[in-house]
Formats: sequence, structure tokens, C-alpha cells
Amino acid sequence: MTKQVKAIVLTGFGTNCETEMAHACKLGGADQVDIVHISELIHGEFSLDNYHFLNLPGGFLDGDDLGAGQAGAHRMKYAMVQSSGEKLQVQLIRFIEAGKLILGVCNGFQLMVKMGLLPGFDNRHDDRQVSLTYNDSSRFEDRWVSLAVDQDSPCVFTSGVTSLYFPVRHGEGKFVTRDEKTLQRLKDEKLIVMRYTDPKTGRPTMEYPANPNGSPEAIAGVCDPSGRLFGLMPHPEAFLHRTNHPRWTREDLPEEGQGLALFRNGINFIRKNL
Amino acid sequence: MLARIQVGIKPCFTDSFGEKIKKKIQGDLKMPVESVRTIKVFTVEADISQQELLAAASGPFSDPVTQDYSLGPLSLDWKLDFDWMIEIGFRPGVTDNEGHTSAQALELLLGRKLSRDEAVYTSCQYLLSGKISQDEAETIARKGLANELIQRCTIMAKADFVKAGGLKPFAPKVAGKSEVKIAEIDLNVPDAELMRISKEGVLALTLEEMKLIRDYLTRPDIKTQRQAQGLSEKVTDVELEALAQTWSEHCKHKIFSGNIDYEDKQTGEKSQFSNLFNTCIRQPTSDIRARMGDKDWCLSVFKDNAGVIKFDDNWNVVFKVETHNSPSALDPYGGALTGIVGVNRDPFGTGMGAKLICNTNMFCFATPFYDKPIPARLLHPKRIFEGVREGVEHGGNKSGIPTVNGSLYFDDRFAGKPLVFCGTVGIMPAVINGKPSHEKKALPGDIIVMTGGRIGKDGIHGATFSSEELNENSPATAVQIGDPITQKKMFDCLLKARDRGLYRCITDNGAGGLSSSVGEMGGDTNGFELHLDKAPLKYAGLQPWEIFLSEAQERMTLAIAPEKLDDFLALCRKMDVEATVLGAFRDSGKFHCLYQGKTVAYLDMDFVHEGLPPMRMIARWRQKTYDEPRLPALPDLGRELKGLLGSLNICSKEYVVRQYDHEVQGGSIVKPLIGVDNDGPSDAAVIRPVLDSFAGLVISHGVCPRYSDIDTYHMVACSMDEAVRNALAVGANLAVMAGLDNFCWCDPILSDKTPDGDYKLAQLVRANQALAHYARAYGVPCISGKDSMKNDYLVGETKISIPPTLLFSVVAKIDDVRKAVTMDVKKAGDIVYVLGATYAELGASEYAVRHGGIGNTVPMVREKDSLPRYRCLEKAMAQGLVASCHDCSDGGLGVALAESGFAGGLGLDIDLRKVPAQGIDRDDVLLFSESQSRFVVTVAPEKSGAFEKTMADTGWARVGAVTAEPLFTVTGLTGSCVLSEKMAALKKAWQETLAF
Repeated sequence: MTKQVKAIVLTGFGTNCETEMAHACKLGGADQVDIVHISELIHGEFSLDNYHFLNLPGGFLDGDDLGAGQAGAHRMKYAMVQSSGEKLQVQLIRFIEAGKLILGVCNGFQLMVKMGLLPGFDNRHDDRQVSLTYNDSSRFEDRWVSLAVDQDSPCVFTSGVTSLYFPVRHGEGKFVTRDEKTLQRLKDEKLIVMRYTDPKTGRPTMEYPANPNGSPEAIAGVCDPSGRLFGLMPHPEAFLHRTNHPRWTREDLPEEGQGLALFRNGINFIRKNL
Repeated sequence: MLARIQVGIKPCFTDSFGEKIKKKIQGDLKMPVESVRTIKVFTVEADISQQELLAAASGPFSDPVTQDYSLGPLSLDWKLDFDWMIEIGFRPGVTDNEGHTSAQALELLLGRKLSRDEAVYTSCQYLLSGKISQDEAETIARKGLANELIQRCTIMAKADFVKAGGLKPFAPKVAGKSEVKIAEIDLNVPDAELMRISKEGVLALTLEEMKLIRDYLTRPDIKTQRQAQGLSEKVTDVELEALAQTWSEHCKHKIFSGNIDYEDKQTGEKSQFSNLFNTCIRQPTSDIRARMGDKDWCLSVFKDNAGVIKFDDNWNVVFKVETHNSPSALDPYGGALTGIVGVNRDPFGTGMGAKLICNTNMFCFATPFYDKPIPARLLHPKRIFEGVREGVEHGGNKSGIPTVNGSLYFDDRFAGKPLVFCGTVGIMPAVINGKPSHEKKALPGDIIVMTGGRIGKDGIHGATFSSEELNENSPATAVQIGDPITQKKMFDCLLKARDRGLYRCITDNGAGGLSSSVGEMGGDTNGFELHLDKAPLKYAGLQPWEIFLSEAQERMTLAIAPEKLDDFLALCRKMDVEATVLGAFRDSGKFHCLYQGKTVAYLDMDFVHEGLPPMRMIARWRQKTYDEPRLPALPDLGRELKGLLGSLNICSKEYVVRQYDHEVQGGSIVKPLIGVDNDGPSDAAVIRPVLDSFAGLVISHGVCPRYSDIDTYHMVACSMDEAVRNALAVGANLAVMAGLDNFCWCDPILSDKTPDGDYKLAQLVRANQALAHYARAYGVPCISGKDSMKNDYLVGETKISIPPTLLFSVVAKIDDVRKAVTMDVKKAGDIVYVLGATYAELGASEYAVRHGGIGNTVPMVREKDSLPRYRCLEKAMAQGLVASCHDCSDGGLGVALAESGFAGGLGLDIDLRKVPAQGIDRDDVLLFSESQSRFVVTVAPEKSGAFEKTMADTGWARVGAVTAEPLFTVTGLTGSCVLSEKMAALKKAWQETLAF
């Protein structure tokens, strides 16, 4: 229980939510938070081995050319750590196998999916079975959405959290699977952590704009079977204080923003289990 | 090999991009297209095997879950049913960002760098089905999908496409002429010949300026010095081009710094003005700073790329707004994209460099529903609107900078040149490595290093081209496409270099490229030596003058102490940022360029920068008079209000705002869309730039071009007042509020082309007088600004000139963001107040224009009344007494009340008899007059006593109450109900106009 929790926030090549992601880690109780440029990882100046919590923030890796996160995933796959000659991917797999945590938000989620880290069935972390594609509206949109959390999911970030309100800010957030079987398995294994809901009924919805991108099953976020790798399109790090809420001047809200719980849960999990 | 890889969304998924294009073709071009499927094409020119090509296709270039790929025509693999194939790719040399990313991905895959002859090019194939003729397919391609200035298209009927087995691979390579040549131009020629040289070279130099150059070169001392460098008394192309850009209106601001003979034709009074910039902009700022004494929070004004003010003891704030009008007229997407990523470099290149924290924008277009014939070379206003919107979307979103504040203004006089204002705020530590961050200076011996993108022919003559009207010779090379990711990578790297103290001075490459950045920074040391052949090029074949002048994007120029150079270059290598040593700063007094060791430019720094005598200009003012609007005898106020709410200048801009990320970086406090349904119109933005502090920044602006028709003095006064009151409406601190002035004018120089230039210059003088007066009155100093003076279109007999426009942008402090106020009414039972008197000021109002006349009573700013009101309102907000506050502007009180009501999802019951007013006997005039300095405020009943006490005697009144039933009811001046409308209906009218 006395363990120092160390978080790393990966940035560079178009990532742009690193500051608020790092701020969330700090507020969530991490003892050390480093914003590390991917070049610094590749040059061996930092190593994932020294951290417990990998944050993949939102942004536009490589401008989202070739599709969101696609070129970024390709870089992660081929990049070699220059000091050791080890593939970055090997370092990453070691990180996962050590039972450590990864949180990918928006572009970070897209990156996880395109690297094959999610859904991570059968401990495979390089198998692309799902993807995130263009919103049905074919538009980038910034809007706040209501979310329901599946309490039965193994996700370690969402324990005790039932409903959430976060902004989405993406053009490619429609979650799709390779086939029906994959979708069914995600459902069966309770890996669909988060769904877009109708704010009036609280029920998952396919209606635009409550479901901002047309994701089947209203999927907003998924985790791997261990619950330690979690990706979501909405931005928890964008709601850390009540004044981030779009209606804070007209509603009575708790001081703390709803996004913080996710980070605190992850960090507490590390403190207890790693 | 040269091969094509085709990638498309699997037929089992919706091609949402194709769907969007289909809607666009159906809606904008009214063509009966039934379906559109899109395919991305990668043309790979590289020395790779078939196996490697396949690995690229199946690896980085496609998504195995959602996409299919093929090395042949994918449409035929799919057995797709279609009638026409249109493929659109870039012309040679045009920035292809996705091609660039694809090449990098290919390099990773191959484990080697691509050679200069290897590249990946992207294009997009559209497969259309429907009853479309050949002509219609051509129109779709050329008027709907491609901009042929930068793109090329291939159009084929399906049968031909099948017969040909698809398209042959084609690499749009720049076919460079390899011979480097320094042209020498003889200026000892007749005047007509001098002017021909200027006009044909897009130099925009006047005869006097051409003669000045000739005379300089024939001076005996200069001849001797030049001979020693191997140069004659002819001017080299490098020199002439550099002088033309340095002396261009765009860079030199000759109109603002010239001498003006001003005559008021009404009074016969004559006066003279020398240097409007110094007297009307810079001097008021100095006076305000002097008045503030040791509380002066201005740090760097009008000298760097952007203005700098103090945020708190630890941080400085930097703000700059620029325009990118001419390029946006030719290629709206590329023009606006380079506009935003270009202005990003201004705060980044200010002081030691600022981290960018938010963007702003303001666009002026002709109506998107324009149905008149489009003059030559112009694009339809809807295309300009869409292109600009998307350019700013990509520029802002991909750079990770929230777009927090903006607006659109429509007037058909913007059909000739749209106005695209883009602004960026940055923040930097007050002290960096022990030195104030807002100061910098290159030293003699410092190394000149250029970082970021490479140089191509893009943007050549941008500065001189912007200094002329848009005409048939306007060069296509002025158009370019920005690359936000290359720039972001560079910024990430340079911020690290800044914090490690690796450079001494930094500036951006904007208009004029290296000639401007190195030329200006060389002013610190009084000289430089620049080796143009060292500059990294996108492709071979650039002449030295082109390298010097190119406005290729994403580049910064730095001065680096020799002992830091290795560390700096190592950091850049590590972070994958190109950095190149180009020469050194000297104290030689010389503007010195070389190419392969041979001098190609050798001028005195003094001559380049100070050689130009001030211009002399004539201004004559006469007050124009207009017909008064024909107001209906018995207006249906509900209908009038809905009409106004739905008018282009008032209606909801949610369509645009939603597509901009306004929250990235985590400091979003008051968003552009607010209220019970997150869709009401915010007056200003509030952000928290430092996440562990509650101190914030307010960003707002004001703009009212139409008032210029009556008097530009009041246009400026109203723009400034609007910006200030928008900021105050969310809780800004008036004592720490800075302004930025961005003038966009039509040519104000009397000439055959501009026979009313004297009037337009008088408009400029009056505008500046207002700027000086109200800056001093409000104590809001301008810290930076810009002017763009030639916003005219002239092709053949058709001339379109914009209405003179000032965009006044404001950045202010808010001490505690938790005290911010929004415009949506909050609770039934709250009391509604109107602050400030309404006058019969319908001149050039939205209501007047709706009724066919401009009128003459333009709104005026009465600062003796407004300033005390503003100060009291600020106090009331700091005490938390205000539930909602909305600025009254276009459409007046009626519109402001309706917006506050429907944004809050509640009703309003208003009695016009109580509204403070003077000289008004009509309900419509009271509701729709656009008098300045007014607010609609709501206050909880229990706070009303304290609120009224705080507001003292500043011209306010209780005018009604917020009601639970969402109904807007108004009691008129005669005591009967004159308006009763459902808020939902009003909101619908407001929302449907631009719901694209």
C-alpha cells in the first residue's frame, strides 16, 4: 500500500491532450507523472519499465493521415529503442504482462485499437479485431455526451462509477468489429465498459447526437479481459473541475469533475495490486 | 517502381465521406447523383519490391477491419455499380500531407529513408452513380470537388474506365529546371519600362520606389562596394525581390506610416496626419501605460510578432490576430489553414517563444445562398465558407489548440475577397533561464538556423500579392497548404530547446519568408550573411530568389550561439525536426546573401529597412446620406423578431463551432455554446491557462462592418465597445484588458483604379481617430495589430470592394474563473434588467437593412455613460450578484432577450415602458435599435437589492421577469401586449438558417 505510483503520459507527433492528462494523473494521486515524448522513449531516455500507468492521450497522431492512429500504431510497431536495440513493442508487451495499466483516450483509444492492444482477447496484443472509423455524420464534433458504465465489466478504472458526462471531440469514433462474433464476445465478456446514453432515459441509444458517431451497441469505450487496458472516445481528462462542465453556471455540481474518478481508480488499483 | 495502391471502406460499411459528398453535390450543385463511393489512392514511386508494396498496402495504408485494398482498380474488384469515375490529386509541388505521412510510414516499413526520387502521392477517387451527363460530371469535378489551382482531375465514364483497366499510375513530380541563374535587371530604363518590370514581376513597387533603388545602386560608394562583391549597378533578382517584399504594403504598412492631407468637405477644415499608426495606435497605448504607472501590465507592444502582457508573477500572455484574405479567396481551404497555422507561429515566435493556448477566428463572407453570377476567378461564397471552415478546423484541431471564440459576418461585398481573421493566444513563463521571456536579441556571430518544413515554390509573392487587389494575374503560387503536424512537431521540439536555453532569438517565417525573418532579426546585429544554397528544398529547381522569398510554411528562424549549436542540432535530430545552418548574423551593416559562395545580394541594412520615404496621400471626408428604412406602419413584431433571429448575421453558428475543438488543453470555462441545451451563443470565452490556478483569461471581439457605410468613426467605436462589453458580460476585469486592432480596408489611394480613394482614406483617418479616442477612454491599450489594405477585386470592369472593417479583439484577465457569468437566464422568478439607454439608432442596423434602407443614425458610443456602468457591472459580478448577462448588439434588445431566454430554456415577460430610452416612440425601434453599451442582465430576487445598489446611478431599469413557461411576451409602449412567441419557435428560427 505504500508503493509510489508512477504514471507516464506519452506525447509527440500530434498528440495534444498530454497536459490535462498529466494533471488528471496528479490530481488522481499519482506520485510521479512524466510527460514523455515518443522520441525520448525511442532514444531510450525513458523506459516504460519504470512506470505503472501508461496514458495515451488524445490528439491527432501524424495528423490522422491514413486514418486515426493508424500511422502512430505503425510507428509503435516498428520503432526500435536506440540504446538497447529492443523493439518498443516488446517493451510495451512486457509492460502489459507485468499487469500494469493503460488508459487510451480518443486518439489514444484509436491507437490502442489499431495496434491490436484492444480487445486483447486470449492475451493477444497485436491482433486487430476491432476498429474506430468515421462518424456517421462524417464530421469532427465537439459535444458533451451522457454515458452509462457497465458495472459488471472487469474495467479497473470504472469501479463504483455508474453514469458519466464527458465531451467527445472526434471525427473517427464509430466503433466497429471485424465480425458479429467479435461483437458478441465483447458483449459476453462484459468488455463494453461504456455506452452513449439518452440523457433523458439513461439508456444506451443509437440516436444522433446522443450517440455522436453511430457506434453499434452505443459503444463508447472497451477494455481487455483483464480490465487493465481501457480505451474510450470521450475525454475524462476534460472534466476535472466543475467549471469544465458546460452548464456549471446553472447547475449545482460537486467541486470535483467526474473524470477524476477514473484516474483515481486506476492509481488506487496500482497502489493496492502492483 | 511506380504503382497505385487503392484503399476503400469495405462495402459492408457506410462510406460516410462518400455520403457527405453526395449531399454536397445534391444540395450545392443540384445534380441528381444517387450514390458516391470514395477510394483513396496512394501512388508509390519507390525502389521497392512487389512484396514490399503489398506489405505497405496491407499494413500502414489500410485498416484490416474496415477497409479493403487492391493494387488494381478496387472498384472493379468490388464489382461496384457506378456511372462516373472522378479522381482528384494534387498538382506538382502542392503540399500533400497524407502523402508525406505515407512516405514516413513506408520508410519505417523498409527500414530506410526514401531517396529524393522516391515519394508517395495521394489522390481521391469518387465513384458516382446517377443520371449524369459528361458536362455534369465535369461540373461536379471542377466546381464541386476540385480546386484546379492546386488540384488536377481525371473524369471517366465507367465504360471507358473498365476498358482502360483503371487509371495508369502518375506521379505529380515537380519537373524542375535545374539551371540556377541570377538575373540582373537594368533599372537605367525609361519610367514605363520600370513600371512594366514591377507589374509583370508582381513586385507591387511604385515608380518612385523603383527609382529609389536605381539611384541607390548608382551611388559611387555603393558601386565600389558591390564591385568588390562581383556585382554591377544592375540589381539582382534576389535584391529586387527582397526589396519589393520588404517595402510591400503588406510588410511596410506604408499607408499607416505615410503622411495624409485630410479635408473635411462638410466643414472645409483641413488638417494633416503623419503616421496614423504612431499617432492613433501606438501613442494611446503609451499614454495608457504611463497612466498605469508601476501597475503597467504591458510588457512588449508593437515590436515583436505579437503583443505581450503580464498574466501573473509567473506567466506572460501573448496574443496576435492576422488575416489571410487573398489566399483564402483563391483556395479557401489552403488559405485558411495557412492562416491559422501561420498566426500560430506569431506568438510562438514572440519573445523567447510561447506555448499556444487558444485560437480565435472571424470570417466575413458573401451569403452562402448567393444566386447571382459569380465573377471570373471567384469561387461561390458557400465554397469559400466551407473551405475556410474546414481549413481552420484542421489547422486548429490538429494543432491541439482550442478554438474558443469566433464569429461570422455576411455581406455580399465580401464576394470579391473574403476576410479570414485568425488569432492565437500563447503563454510563456515570465522568466526563462533567468531572463525576462518577452525580450530577445541576436548577437553578432550567432548562427542562423532554420527549422521545420522545407522550402518550395509555395507562397512566393504572397506579401506583394496581398498588397494588390485580386486581379487576373494574381499568382496561383500564392496558394499553399499548411501542415499542422510538421509544425506541432517543431513546436514540441523548440519548447524544449527554449527551456534548455539553446537559442538566443527566434522569429517565424511568414510573409517574405527568409528575406523577412533573417532581414528583421539581422536588425538586432545590423547585418547578416546568408547562404541560400544551404537551405533544404522540397524539390530541385528553385532559383536563389525563390528560396529567399518562399513563404513555405512551418518554418522558424533562430539565432543560436555557436557554443550551443551542436546541442541544438542534436535535439532537433532526436525529435525528428529538420534544422539547417544557413549563415550567421553580423555587425557589417550589410544585407548579404550568397549562393554557392558567390554574392547574390549586397545591400545596406539601412537602405532596405529605412530607405523608403513616407508616402503622401489625400483624404477627403464627406458625410454620405442614405434613404431611411421604410418601417412597416404596424409591424408584426413576432415575425420581425424571427426574421432577425434567422438573419445570417444573427443566427446560430453552431454548425461551425461544433466542428472546432474548443476544449482541448483542459482549461475551458465558458464555452462558445452554452445554456440548458449547450447551444446558446456565448458572449466571450473564458479559459484557465494554468490548470492549478483559478485565474483566467477572457477572449472576445467586436466587429460591425456595416456601420462603415455611415461613418467609420462609429464603426470603430462600436466594434471596440462590442468587444469590451462582450468581455465584461462574462466577468472580465476592465483594468487588465488589452486590445488588438486588425484593419481590413479597400484600397484607399486615389488613382484611376480607385477614384474614391480620397474618401476611403478619410474613412481610415476617422477610424483611427475613434480607435485612439476609445482606447484612451476605456483604458484598453492596443498591444498588437495588423492592417490589410487592398481588399478589392478588379477583373475587367467588375470591381468589388469590401466595406471597411475593423476587428477589435480583446484579451482580459478574470481574477477567479469561478466568478464567470454566462448569458443564459437561470431561474424562473429572476428579475430582468436592461443596463444602458436605447436611442433611436437604427442606422445600418439589421432591422433597417431588413426594411430596405441603411438610414443615417448610426449607433454611437457614449463613454461618459458607459464607463461607470461597466465598472459597476464588474463589481456586481465579482460579488456574485449576476445570474446571467448578455450583450446587446446586432438586432438589439429584442434579439438579446430572446437569446438569453431560449438559451436558458425559460420564458421572459418584458415591459417596454420600463426600458431606459430616449427619443423612441415605436416598439420596433426600441426592440431593434442597436444602441451600444447595453446589457440584458438577470438577477435572483434575493440579490436584487444588492445588485441595484452596486449598479448605482448608471442608467439601468428593471424591465420584467424570467418565467417558467417558455414564452417571450412583451408589453409595448402603449401598455398592450405586442409580442408573444414560444421560445422554441424563436430558437428554431435562430437555428435553422445555417443548419447545414
